[in-house]
Amino acid sequence: MLRLYDAELRSRLLLGTARYPSPSILTEAVKASGAQAVTVSLRRESGGERAGQGFWSIIRDLGVRVLPNTAGCHSVKEAVTTAHMGREVFGTSWVKLEVIGEDETLQPDVFGLVEAARVLCQEGFEVFPYTTEDLIVAERLLEAGCRVLMPWGSPIGSGRGLNNLFGLKALRARFPDVPMVVDAGIGVPSHAAQAVELGFDAVLINTAVSQARDPVGMAGAFAQAVAAGRAAYEAGPMEPRDLAVPSTPVIGKAFLG
Amino acid sequence: MRILVNGASREIRAADLCAALEELGYGGAVVATALNGEFVPAAERGAARLADGDRVEVLAPMQGG
Repeated sequence: MLRLYDAELRSRLLLGTARYPSPSILTEAVKASGAQAVTVSLRRESGGERAGQGFWSIIRDLGVRVLPNTAGCHSVKEAVTTAHMGREVFGTSWVKLEVIGEDETLQPDVFGLVEAARVLCQEGFEVFPYTTEDLIVAERLLEAGCRVLMPWGSPIGSGRGLNNLFGLKALRARFPDVPMVVDAGIGVPSHAAQAVELGFDAVLINTAVSQARDPVGMAGAFAQAVAAGRAAYEAGPMEPRDLAVPSTPVIGKAFLG
Repeated sequence: MRILVNGASREIRAADLCAALEELGYGGAVVATALNGEFVPAAERGAARLADGDRVEVLAPMQGG
């Protein structure tokens, strides 16, 4: 069972809700993924169209937890204000905290992230910080009061998988008891399986599902990959070696030369 | 008075944020509001007086990753 703050989730797959071809495909993809938590956002609402109201109705009907994000925020103040607004609208103290530092890579501004995390944790938010694999930043985020970390795999929407395996393994090893969700950059189910095989507790996927040719089919594929990766982690993968080791016993082999 | 609502200039008669939302078509909608960059909780909208040139943000649930 995955524990994120006080929530216990059976699924280790968290799903984003953006960029699906249609609302009905989004609904079917969430169901196929088995995800019990989805990320959502806040954007300007038009008094005439009221588009957000329809979206919110769809999400509520899914009966899953929501993780509001602060996507697009570039400053601490912006992120903190967005978190307050999200808490009121979505009725949850969960927040996926993003403080973006650079637009080309959407790399987090980790200095602003730590500052915003400190403010929000003190105000009772349950913060899911979108961070890098940097060990010291992770330590500062935990000191600030975060009890979950969300390191990136690679830049948001890039689909490049786990870009810095060494760094991610070091992070996992340094804080073995902190729930960690690999967020961003996962492109195909094998990337997700790899993250979970390494001992990361969960993955958060969006573009890889929503932009697949068949998002519902891909959501199901990710669900299987995450389940397989977790089963493999629990079963204890073998240690890799540089040289071959015969798998068939050598003793008793006939001399036929 | 004339205020900015989500970046667009709007002429309104309402004097407070709660009444402005009704006037602008947000009645009953699930939204969060900010006045001049500061979050205004729903319960405090009636007390949030508006002045000419104020910037109001009205945000609603949207798809996100």
